[in-house]
Order: sequence, then C-alpha cells, then structure tokens
Amino acid sequence: MEWFNDFWSTYSTLVFSVGVHALLALSIWLTLSCGLLSLANAAFMGIGAYVSALLTLQLGWSFPLVLLTGGIAPAVVALLIGAPVLRLSGVYLAMATLAFGEVVRITVLNLEITGGPEGLNGIPLETEGWHIAALLALTIYGLARLRRSKVGRAFEAIKEDEVAARLMGINVDRYKLLAFTLGSFIAGVAGALNAHFTFFISPREYGFEAAVDILTMAVLGGISSLIGPLLGSSIITLLPELLRSLHDYRSFVNGAVLVLVVLFLPKGLWDPRRFRKWFGKAKGAEA
Amino acid sequence: MLEQQLLNALTLGSVYALFALGFTLVFGVLAVINLSHGAIFMVGSYAALWLVSHLDAPLWLAMLGAMLLSGTLGLLVDVLILKPLRARNAPHLTPMIATIGVGIMLTSAAQGMFGAEVLRFPEETLPAGEFIVGGVHVRALEIAIVAIAFILMAVLFTALKRTQLGRALRAIAESPKAASLLGINVEGLFHVTSFVAAALGGIAGVLIGLDFNAITPQMGQPMLHKGLAVIILGGMGDIRGALIGGLFLGFAEVISKAYLSSQMGDAVAFGLLFLILLVRPSGLFGRVLERKA
Repeated sequence: MEWFNDFWSTYSTLVFSVGVHALLALSIWLTLSCGLLSLANAAFMGIGAYVSALLTLQLGWSFPLVLLTGGIAPAVVALLIGAPVLRLSGVYLAMATLAFGEVVRITVLNLEITGGPEGLNGIPLETEGWHIAALLALTIYGLARLRRSKVGRAFEAIKEDEVAARLMGINVDRYKLLAFTLGSFIAGVAGALNAHFTFFISPREYGFEAAVDILTMAVLGGISSLIGPLLGSSIITLLPELLRSLHDYRSFVNGAVLVLVVLFLPKGLWDPRRFRKWFGKAKGAEA
Repeated sequence: MLEQQLLNALTLGSVYALFALGFTLVFGVLAVINLSHGAIFMVGSYAALWLVSHLDAPLWLAMLGAMLLSGTLGLLVDVLILKPLRARNAPHLTPMIATIGVGIMLTSAAQGMFGAEVLRFPEETLPAGEFIVGGVHVRALEIAIVAIAFILMAVLFTALKRTQLGRALRAIAESPKAASLLGINVEGLFHVTSFVAAALGGIAGVLIGLDFNAITPQMGQPMLHKGLAVIILGGMGDIRGALIGGLFLGFAEVISKAYLSSQMGDAVAFGLLFLILLVRPSGLFGRVLERKA
C-alpha cells in the first residue's frame, strides 16, 4: 500500500483534475450531441465555482447543498439566456456564447464580492476523491440512459437535420434549451468540485482559453459516444504532465493536437466505425 | 478634453476597422471564421519589432516585412488546413475549431521565442513630433496610424469595387460554385484572400503595437474578440460594415473608458456583441440570410 500512498500524495490533484475535466467534457458533449456548439461551458463552470465557494466561505453551507447550488445557479442563467441565444445557430451561436463567457469573466473581475482579479482565496478542502468518482459515474450513467431515451433520440435528430426534426414534430427549441441547461448544470457542479480542492479560484481560469480547452477535450476524444469525451479529457489533462520538459511550448502541443485531430481524425480518437474498419472482418477492411 | 478622447477613439477605431476588415473578408469569401486572426495580428507586431531592433530596419520597411510575414502565415493556414477541409466538405464549424488550434500554436510559439514579458519599440524608432491643434495634443504617430489605416482600406475598397479581381471575389462571396462555373479560379482567389486578410491583420498589429508601445504574446486574444464584435456589429462578411463597426467600437470603448470605468471599456465590446446577436444577428447593416435547406 505504501507505493499507493506515495503515488496518491504526488498525483491526487492530477487525478482530481482528470475527473473534473471529464465532467466538463461530458457537459460540452451534451450540447454538441444536440448539434449546438456552445462555448459558454467555461463560464458556467466559473459561475458554479464562484457561487459554491461564496456559499461555503460566507454562509458556511454544507458541502452537498453547495454542490447542488453550484449546479443550479448556472442552470438558471442558462435557462434565462437560452431562449434568445439558442435561436442562433452555427457560428453565430458560438460567437454569442463566447461573448457571454467574456461578459461573465469581466463581471467577476469587477465585482467586489468575487474578490476581483485576485479571486477567492482559502476555500476549504471539501472535495474528496470519491465525490468526484461518484458524481462522474452518476453523470455517465445518466447520460448513457439519456442517449437511449426519447430525449436522446430527439437530440440526435436535431443534430442531423434541424428542419427535418421539426417537421417530425420534435419541439426543437425546448430540446435545445434542455441540452443547454443540463450541460450548464454539469459544468457548474464540476466548477464547484474544482473550487473545493484547488483552494483558490480566479477569473482567469474561466476565460476563453478554458472554453477552448473544454472543446478540445471533446473534439479530440470524439463525440460519437460517451467514451470519447472521457478519453479526450484524460489525454488533455495528462499531456502537460508528460510534456513538462517542454514548459514554454506546452500549449503549443495543445494547439497542434486540435489542428491535427480536425485534419486527420475528424471523428476524434474514439470512433467505433473506424475501429470496426481496422479490426473487423477482412472484408470490411478492404471496402 | 472631449476632443482629445475623440482623437484617441479615431486612432483606435481605424485600427479596429483595419483588423476587422481582414476578418470579415475571409468570412465573406471563404465562409470561415478564422479565429487565428488575433494571433496573426500579434505575429505582425513581433515581426515588425524584430526587424526594427535586430536588423535596424526603418519602420516602413518593418511594416512591409510584417505584412509579408503575416500574409504568408495566413496563406499557409489556408493551404495546409482550410483547403483540405474544403476538399473534404467538412461541416462549417470544423475550420473554426482548427483555426483556434492555429491561434494557440502561434501564441505559444511567440511566448517561447520572445518570453511572456512586455516588449517595446525603441524610442528612437517611433516618429517623434507633436502638434497642438485647437488645444488637442496630436502625436505624429497617431496621424501616421490613422493615415496608414485609411489608405489601406481605401486601396482595398477600390480593388474590390473596380478591379476584375474584386469582381471575382464578390462573385465568389455570392456563390463559390457559380463563380467556378464562370471560369473563376476559386481556389487561387481563396489563397489571395487569405494572404491579404492576414497581411491586414499583421499591419493592424504593428499599428496597435506602436500606439500603445507594448507587445505581448497575449495581445491577440482581446483583439480577436473585438474583431468578432466589430464584424457581428457590421454584419458578417460586410466590408463597409467592418469599417463603420470598427470606428464605432473605437468610440464606444474610449468614451465608456473615459466616463464609466477603465474596466468597463473592455466589457463594452462584448456587451455590444452579445446584444447585437440577440436583437439583430444579421448585424446593423447586414442582410438577413435564409437558411438553405
């Protein structure tokens, strides 16, 4: 057991990060699975982190309640902005959510209660490994169920062709709002979990770069199944550790990964169809 | 005091317009949101700085060099990344994601090569001189910036309006397929557009670098967001809209910085962007595009 204790004391933060990033990747997977490219997830994570940290620091709420509120707060925001924002599609939606993220970041930067640019310090350590593991498992289970449900099928129909989905009687606007809000809830919980093990949060962590990181995880892993985001988030979290020697050029690799994946693996790393082609029957390989 | 602010706003606004012009040109012709445009802007200012301080190049030559380098980068992005994606008929968000990656790579490379600290042009390379016109302090530098920005924009407008190349580009903006059937070399013009747009982004970087005399690897990011605000304000792909939107943003920002708070100046761009998208997604001057089913 000793090696495990050594390992844990060195790498527990990293393992925690993998879990939190997995939640974030799943949150963007949810919106992507409904055909929405929303870049607001980092901002939703930030809202969750700040709301939960403030509840802990100022009001001393219990941790489960804090986590729940950390998810509900961004979900309420998502509900409010969802109706007007989700009328937009494609690049316009991406731009609007990006702008929303910046508005959130600048607001947090200028508010007194959030500590401005210095952020919030001394958030007590509340998150434990099993919290993250349990919530991650719960999320995966929930999303797997969702995929196979009527709602999941509706998401897929909307993603494939919005007009056709509408003609089939799917209430497109409502399902889009559902995906957007659920995604923001997951991102908010991830933010709350994250805030309670990093000790410190600042507006810088929830800006454009964070939004892009989250997107990279999903794109790298692939969004055709739930395994993709999990794989992508693990790689993106562990990659910087493996590339420590490159220090200044570490994010260069992130950028390169994004470009190369888009160019050469359009479906992401986890692409069951490609696997079938590679490892399936010889006949399939020839075709 | 107000006159002074207006001058600042004009300087800033003209560079915003120049930057956004390249941005909107790429969207109009290639139908791609090129999110590496901010990083290319940053590369432009580093290139000029390097030419001035390492090769003792005069400023005008450094500007030309910066345009050439950033233009070439833009061309490379088109040839190496956007072209294969076009050939594959990738969904329209894919090139946007790829250019985010390019932006991260360029920013990180600049940070690795030049460090994260703020770099400045040597004092003696900046055009000196200051006039007082009607109580307003006018730096020669500001006049130069506004003049360069407007001359370049005028050249671009004329080229688009009056030359065969411009007519071809406008045809492609309408429909690449139809343009290609008319015998227009669509791929070639995509390359030209990418080069010109990136060159404009690069020179905008030099001008902002000179105006604030502060260059950092991260300077492209806020500019990118402002550029987005401008082209959405003016209508995506609308050349005239980019000019008016750029000037408008310059004024809105300077005025709110002066009369509200310095931090709010940054929020103005995004607040405006967000609002426009909600109220009038086609932009102030844009046409409403119907979705092609």
